[in-house]
Amino acid sequence: MSILKRSKSATKAGAHATSQRKWAIGFLIAAVLIWVFYTYVMVHLPDGIQTVVQNWFPPTSLNEALVWVICALGLNIVVGYAGLLDLGFVAFWAIGGYSAGWFMSAFFTQVNFRVFTTAAKALPGIHISFWGVIFIGGLICAFFGIIIGAPTLRLKSDYLALVTLGFGEIIPQVFTNGSNIGGFNLTNGTQGISPVDNIGVPGKSLGPFDFSWKFFIFVFLTAFMVFISLRLRTGRLGRAWLAIREDELAASMMGVPLMRTKLSAYAVGAFSGGIGGVAFATHVNGVFADRFNFSISIILLAMVVLGGMGNVWGVMVGALLIAWINSTGLPAFGDLVNNTFHTTINFPSYNFLLFGGVLVLMMLFKREGLIPESRLKAILHESDDTSTNVGGSH
Amino acid sequence: MSSALLAENIVVKFGGLTAVNSVTFDIPKGKIVSLIGPNGAGKTTFFNVLTGLYKPTSGTVVFDGVDITARPPHKIAASGLARTFQNIRLFGLMTAEENVMVAMHSHLKSGIISTILRTPGQRREEHESRETARELLNFVGIGKWAGEYARNLSYGDQRRLEVARALALKPKVLLLDEPTAGMNPQESRTFIEFVYKVRDEQNVSILLIEHDMSVVMSVSERITVLDQGEKIAEGSPADIKSNQRVIEAYLGKSKGEKA
Ligand SMILES: Nc1ncnc2c1ncn2[C@@H]1O[C@H](COP(=O)(O)OP(=O)(O)OP(=O)(O)O)[C@@H](O)[C@H]1O
Ligand SMILES: [Mg+2]
Repeated sequence: MSILKRSKSATKAGAHATSQRKWAIGFLIAAVLIWVFYTYVMVHLPDGIQTVVQNWFPPTSLNEALVWVICALGLNIVVGYAGLLDLGFVAFWAIGGYSAGWFMSAFFTQVNFRVFTTAAKALPGIHISFWGVIFIGGLICAFFGIIIGAPTLRLKSDYLALVTLGFGEIIPQVFTNGSNIGGFNLTNGTQGISPVDNIGVPGKSLGPFDFSWKFFIFVFLTAFMVFISLRLRTGRLGRAWLAIREDELAASMMGVPLMRTKLSAYAVGAFSGGIGGVAFATHVNGVFADRFNFSISIILLAMVVLGGMGNVWGVMVGALLIAWINSTGLPAFGDLVNNTFHTTINFPSYNFLLFGGVLVLMMLFKREGLIPESRLKAILHESDDTSTNVGGSH
Repeated sequence: MSSALLAENIVVKFGGLTAVNSVTFDIPKGKIVSLIGPNGAGKTTFFNVLTGLYKPTSGTVVFDGVDITARPPHKIAASGLARTFQNIRLFGLMTAEENVMVAMHSHLKSGIISTILRTPGQRREEHESRETARELLNFVGIGKWAGEYARNLSYGDQRRLEVARALALKPKVLLLDEPTAGMNPQESRTFIEFVYKVRDEQNVSILLIEHDMSVVMSVSERITVLDQGEKIAEGSPADIKSNQRVIEAYLGKSKGEKA
């Protein structure tokens, strides 16, 4: 009897683990194949095909897409796991970016501080290894996540959304106007901070144009975030997050401290926003305040929703898809249409119309996302007879 | 006789409405006692005060010798005061096992880092808490549904899961809010047996809110009657049955489901 019981739920957990493993292996194989293609195969292709690939799948947009994935995975912890709406995630991306600007560039000429860096000896400024800055940026973001979370997470979720929205507006403004804070130039204003140091790896120093090697680093960071997400999800904290998402009041009645638990979701999410921000700064070789606008928060949210809230693999697919449409797909498609029909429509300017439309359609027809978390699939596609036993009124 | 829990002069006002009016009440250690009263009498509100969900307008709650009136709900729960809900409030999209494990949160230690690294300590803790969850599910008789989403369980099993989840807090006092609501007489009888089993094997004191008089009369060692926020009677089932004020309170309301 008890063996029977055990094996039943064991199979369920087992199936879950197997599916996670399949996705993980698939992700790594895809990454290697893509890298092999761009590094070895591409150069041997006929020029015509190379042009097509360059137009539709340029390697740079691939790296940028991975940055979006990293940030979307962070937002997924906040939105997908803990069920908290955050409309200001761009703030963490920005703070991560400036961490790179501060700690791996010649910006602070008044000091000379170096830790495992690839930067030239003669350069002044703070030069910490990329790998260190990844953590520093992540930690600074986690810190800010807690700072702004602490007063706001007490609010009901609608108000929380508004406050995060404000935070997402304020932080980029601070960076834009931070060239003279009591005489101190913190952010270099609208000019931003550029260039940032190369990424040091054993035997190499990866500059702004080492797309193919950086691709591996970004894949690694993405995998790291997936790993963290999955591990946390199955542990004590992940269960508490989900419980809060399901029924906050019941969770607190079962001994789950709401504030602490929500804050930890916020902090972990912000941490990955910081990682994404640092990675992005090395990708565009600098940090520029005017890039950090509200639309980034919304696009990230769209990625999480489109992909499938709570499911890391769904979020990854959603993020890759939207990032590609945004950076390459839509402009390339626009060029194609314009060239074919001799029109001059500015397709990229319609991207929000497109995302808005997609989100509305998703909400109407596929609320659980493209690749839903298995739990959500259960609720949204069940026949009505089971939903009646969820118990009493109220 | 010592009390596991003592609530003194509890008053709860919602605007102009006094939902609970100066009620003093205790739960003796190791006993099963009941709180009854017509609809809207203030029973659930009183529960919500005991568990910290509502702060009383005045009055104090002393649990295990400590004043817990101002404590946040999660701390009260963690210190061993567990409850179930009148309208089942399970975590619907979590498995039965996970539901139970959520309630162990305050007894477990693993943090972010140890969970990511899966340290031996964290693995042991997870393993042990999973075992305990299975034991509790077996104890309430739904062990075979450990891996099923709570929302897919039958109504009776959901009630049982709520009890298992509450027991995971290792409570000293268990508050059950109309646990047999929606059960047929047969199920209710089984549930009474179950309540005894919980009291005896888990070593808890139990406070029961219940509408079903046959359940109340057979299971309670003491019954307290609330009407319109006031305590109008308290005593043994026999006393309550023959109490004039109680009969009036119920007849006055003339609700079909009672008396
Ligand atoms: N949060 C609230 N805000 C305002 N009024 C409330 C609130 N909670 C309960 N009340 C009111 O307090 C009174 C007591 O309600 P309560 O739910 O405690 O009754 P009850 O004895 O549990 O009834 P039932 O048998 O129907 O469960 C009712 O008049 C109810 O409308
Ligand atoms: Mg009630």
